[in-house]
Amino acid sequence: MLSFASLLRFLRICIFEHLKCCSLLGCKSYGTPEKKQSPDEKVFQEIKKSRNKRQKPMGWKCVDNCCWIVGYLCTTSWLLLFLLYIVPVSLPGLKGPEIPGARLKREGLVANHPVVLVPGIITGGLELWEGKPCAEPLFRKRLWGGWGSGFTDIFRRPVCWMDHLSLHYETGLDPPGIRVRPAPGLVAADYFAPGYFVWAILIENLAQIGYEDRNMYMAAYDWRLSFQNTEVRDRSLSRLKGQIEIMYATNGDKKVVVFPHSMGAVYFLHFLKWVELPAPVGGGGGSGWCAKYIKAIVNIGPTFLGVPKAFATILSAEGKDISLIRAMAAGLLESEFLGLQTIEHVMRVSRTWDSIVSLLPKGGETVWGNLDWSPEEGYNCESEEKRQLQALSKENNTRSSTDKSLFQVKHHKKYGRIISFGKEASEVVSSQLPTFSKDFMHSSTSANSSTSRGEFWTEYDDMSRENFQKIAENKVYTTTDLLDLLRYVAPKMMQRAEAHYSHGIAENLEDPKYNHHKYWSNPLETMLPDAPDMETYCMYGVGIPTERSYVYKMSPSDRRKGIPFRIDNSADGSDSCLRGGVYFVDGDESVPVLSSGFMCAKGWRGKTRFNPSGSATYVREYRHKPPSSMLEGRGLESAGHVDIMGNVALIEDVLRIAAGATGSELGGDRIHSDLLKMCNRVNVPL
Amino acid sequence: MSLIRRKKAPESKNQEASDANLTDDENKKKKQPLPTKKTQKSWTCLDNCCWFIGCICVIWWLLLFSYNAMPASFPQFVTEAITGPWPDPPGVKISKEGLSVKHPVVFVPGIVTGGLELWEGHNCTEGLFRKRLWGGTFGEVYKRPLCWVEHMSLDNETGMDPEGVRVRPVTGLVAADYFAAGYFVWAVLIANLARIGYEEKNMYMASYDWRLSFQNTEARDQTLSRIKSNIELMVATSGGKKAVIIPHSMGVLYFLHFMKWVEAPAPMGGGGGSDWCAKHIKAVMNIGGPFLGVPKSVPGLLSAEVRDIAVLRAVAPGVLEKDLFRFQMMLQHVMKMTRTWDSTMSMLPKGGDTIWGGLDWSPEEDYCHGRRDHNHNDTNTPDQHKTKNHVSPDKNTNYGRIISFGQKAAYAAASELKRIDFRDAVKGKTVANSSCQEVWTEYHEMGYGGIDAAVEYQVYTADEVVELLEFVAPKMMARGSAHFSYGIAENLDDPKYDHYKYWSNPLETKLPNAPDMEIYTLYGVGIPTERAYVYRLSNSAECSIPFQIDTSADHAKDCLNDGVFTVDGDETVPALSAGFMCAKGWRGKTRFNPSGIKTYIREYNHAPPATFLEGRGTQSGAHVDIMGNFALIEDVLRVAAGATGEELGGDHIYSDILKWSEKINLSL
Repeated sequence: MLSFASLLRFLRICIFEHLKCCSLLGCKSYGTPEKKQSPDEKVFQEIKKSRNKRQKPMGWKCVDNCCWIVGYLCTTSWLLLFLLYIVPVSLPGLKGPEIPGARLKREGLVANHPVVLVPGIITGGLELWEGKPCAEPLFRKRLWGGWGSGFTDIFRRPVCWMDHLSLHYETGLDPPGIRVRPAPGLVAADYFAPGYFVWAILIENLAQIGYEDRNMYMAAYDWRLSFQNTEVRDRSLSRLKGQIEIMYATNGDKKVVVFPHSMGAVYFLHFLKWVELPAPVGGGGGSGWCAKYIKAIVNIGPTFLGVPKAFATILSAEGKDISLIRAMAAGLLESEFLGLQTIEHVMRVSRTWDSIVSLLPKGGETVWGNLDWSPEEGYNCESEEKRQLQALSKENNTRSSTDKSLFQVKHHKKYGRIISFGKEASEVVSSQLPTFSKDFMHSSTSANSSTSRGEFWTEYDDMSRENFQKIAENKVYTTTDLLDLLRYVAPKMMQRAEAHYSHGIAENLEDPKYNHHKYWSNPLETMLPDAPDMETYCMYGVGIPTERSYVYKMSPSDRRKGIPFRIDNSADGSDSCLRGGVYFVDGDESVPVLSSGFMCAKGWRGKTRFNPSGSATYVREYRHKPPSSMLEGRGLESAGHVDIMGNVALIEDVLRIAAGATGSELGGDRIHSDLLKMCNRVNVPL
Repeated sequence: MSLIRRKKAPESKNQEASDANLTDDENKKKKQPLPTKKTQKSWTCLDNCCWFIGCICVIWWLLLFSYNAMPASFPQFVTEAITGPWPDPPGVKISKEGLSVKHPVVFVPGIVTGGLELWEGHNCTEGLFRKRLWGGTFGEVYKRPLCWVEHMSLDNETGMDPEGVRVRPVTGLVAADYFAAGYFVWAVLIANLARIGYEEKNMYMASYDWRLSFQNTEARDQTLSRIKSNIELMVATSGGKKAVIIPHSMGVLYFLHFMKWVEAPAPMGGGGGSDWCAKHIKAVMNIGGPFLGVPKSVPGLLSAEVRDIAVLRAVAPGVLEKDLFRFQMMLQHVMKMTRTWDSTMSMLPKGGDTIWGGLDWSPEEDYCHGRRDHNHNDTNTPDQHKTKNHVSPDKNTNYGRIISFGQKAAYAAASELKRIDFRDAVKGKTVANSSCQEVWTEYHEMGYGGIDAAVEYQVYTADEVVELLEFVAPKMMARGSAHFSYGIAENLDDPKYDHYKYWSNPLETKLPNAPDMEIYTLYGVGIPTERAYVYRLSNSAECSIPFQIDTSADHAKDCLNDGVFTVDGDETVPALSAGFMCAKGWRGKTRFNPSGIKTYIREYNHAPPATFLEGRGTQSGAHVDIMGNFALIEDVLRVAAGATGEELGGDHIYSDILKWSEKINLSL
């Protein structure tokens, strides 16, 4: 009320003053050029002029200019928007290429088998069901993935948001008073953010040949939890089992085709084991369940043997991208910008997520290589030169098999050393490495309890600087060493998570201990179900440099609260294999070829101890081709870890399988990479 | 212009001040204007507009910014300052009492409120894949109305998808939590359930395509099978706790159909066995259930109008008549569309004259006159309906005449009515204008002869209304009568009642054999609800719909407003339809309820929101708004947390439903 009254007063003053001002100025006519005119007209013009002048007496002020500009911009944007609206929906010129679904539909493909989509880590949506008061307006809105209009609400309370995404540090379940649940339905993971598709393109193509909600199911689960906990808390596995049975029954007893993506592949592996085991630990489906209900498992970009990236994430909460940001704007992340220690926050939150541990490399040194050896060692990073040099390298290889020349060893990247402190350490021969005993890692952490525990509890605060020094002096770590290291630097997290995951290779799969759920998601410690007709596909992209091992350094700062290590982004190799402290191999940008392809190419191929029923496996690789023009968006032939879901060739394969084709009808294996060679080097007893 | 002048004023004020300093220096004063002259550009109209828009934009942004910067609790704070502290939402109240999640909950949405999305369409729907055609913003209705109508329609013959179009129900809780942005349906109830611990795993929205006939949802989408499996799954994953079903509106009939379907043997039914309901269902809490149909559906099918459109026509008579904005055309398209929806026929009044009244009799006949006593005596308690029995029968409202042509016919004594039977009338094939064929509403096939015959019958009771519809829209009714039936069963053990078309009519099916199950009917009362109509011939060209509600018919004393007779109800469903089965038809062991399932009536008296800040009110009794009624939510929450009907307090009745039920002479 008060402000309204003052506004009125202000207006009144304005009018009065305005008239006064006019009289003061004498209301002279200026501004408009005069022409010759008849007296009558002149009088009329005078009046008009005086009026004109009264309306716009003094030209432009800054505020007016601003207003004018804003108004101008608004109007033009509205006009453009309006034009956009009235433009016919399909401009003939802008028509994109026909989507594969439409083409295949004309070929006569129709929906046949019901389809289950299993999203991976990160891409699934999470919504809030109960929270602290600060998150009140976010009820049943997305906290993660598929952010729409609710994003402003998140943006206004970042710390609150982080709090709600964390899990309980000790149980790995909900913190008290907070319930964050996976978003259900196809919308759970169709778009990660507006315009950034995950499953949407695939769904659209499936719909073209007749799929809809009743024969397509998105098995959304809370990807932060360990797999068994999704059942304990949300009954996700039971619901997945139920939904598969429902779809089987309502679609005329047709078996389902499952499409897991990324971590979903490991999740579904866990499911396969869970569903057949008797009730208290398992789903009680009986030993024929998979054979009865599942036609094929089409793993897209699977992380069967884990990803080395997970080490970097847990150790220093950074991947290639973050270390790149650090390299470009060195000060930004270090400084406590706006009081936000972003990295520490990310680390604190992500360390409560058990599922990240499921992504740690599995199979130890047998699969990922040791100090001197790695399966990918012959990989040539210069992909263009690669083909030209292929003949040459072949000769080299034959020669090297007879006598291992020093030159040859030098030439090979030591990918087995997943983390090395300093570039040098990553390259020298193992005999030249300083030999330190790794015993310190088995001793208890000397907790520096004198310091008050910081706001961000990342377990690093519990350790002293000397311990970090010792870690760094050890120079190189292989996968097995790294697991020990993690147990040393983050004992509580690993203790919590290792109740749910195992990263070894089974000696004897018949051992009853392998009935424990922690082994189910490790393909090297479980058997595939007894389902000889079931097909397993590994579909993934190749041709993109993928993180494989890292060069680390101690972080310079002496801050108490902080992450002591970071990727040494100054380390650059002579060829493109080492860039910004990261060694690359072939893969789909996230998952190395070895991890996604090994099981299908060797571990499960034929009748092995991991695949006792001898069900068929197929490897389908898709070579990466970057989008040729802006209009293509993320590319029709991209092979990036997520972008591959829009790859035309992959979609075609997926549709054919869903419509009933078998692997041999698709054309069996299709391999572009050196996968088979790598597999040969991996010496896993089968 | 004046506005601009005012806004410009501060400048001139400054100018004046600077001029005032220079008054003694004449030269300077003379020169003063010159520099301004140079800088000044001419204010064109366009500039003014831009300036004006800019101002508005800036102010708008400022407001938006301050709104966003405002602490989240601010609106509530203001509201509480004005209206006093808000009561705790029922979820909070109940969780304070220590009640928490127990039985899994299934929602069955009603007609219209469920979202539908596009899975396959013609070229005109490009970019709409998996977008909502129904619900949400309805943006497409304005952008491409004909395309929208085309895709929302079903096939006229089969009642299923037209060629090349697949429109499917949205799944999950989002299917019907909000109908449009900000217009809640289930959202408030869901939020309150979440307060006591419910989440996705123990709540299930049984969304179905509400345009189809109930059995067709199974034939096309296997919806019934999926509901069955999902209930089984939820019961299994909640440790064997039986489910509480909460159907709303037409969902009530749908679930009635489901209960029969699930126990029937396999080819036609779900093959769940005769104890499926007993094993899986704890209670069915019907909200605003049109068990016996709604009279409103009659004008919907006859002339594609409800009271709102009729009122609009009364307010601006010229607009709708004159085909401005092609409104008539659109109305016909809408009519054509709704007539392809089988489900609309599930809501035609059931039970015929026995339930809804004859020419000079109806169960609610004294409602209007009694109501005034009500107001005088300030009686809202159920015990007092004896006071109103003094009303003489000749003053009663003829609610039984669901459709009368002309106000006179609505009031004439039964003996004075001269009715010419329409059933044998020859339909004239006198369609002159072939352009009418553009929209097919079956009226063109009637010709003038048929229309006149329909009018000359003057008055239609519930039974005759069905016959009238069969006369004016034979194809639609032929399709519908394969799926729905509107009669009363003579003998429920007759094997013909195994056919699915009887399953959604409570007067032609038995409740399942589940003595521990409870059936609630929860509905609002205290809002005038459409019950009967006065019609007239529309006077415009033959291309339009020949009948319309006679909005000039008014008789305030007799609850006749704008051609519509109203009774007590929740604005859509008369109390009689929502309450009768629980009050009488199923009460105790009857032939409709052989196992003696307990029934409870919970009425909620309508109280409009006190201030507009309350939104749609926390005590509303309206058909959809009741889903935000705190008392109803509390009842639902208590039952979900394990309470029985007795613990809730049994019946809770405001209306005269018991008396009306008594008047209905139905053999039980």
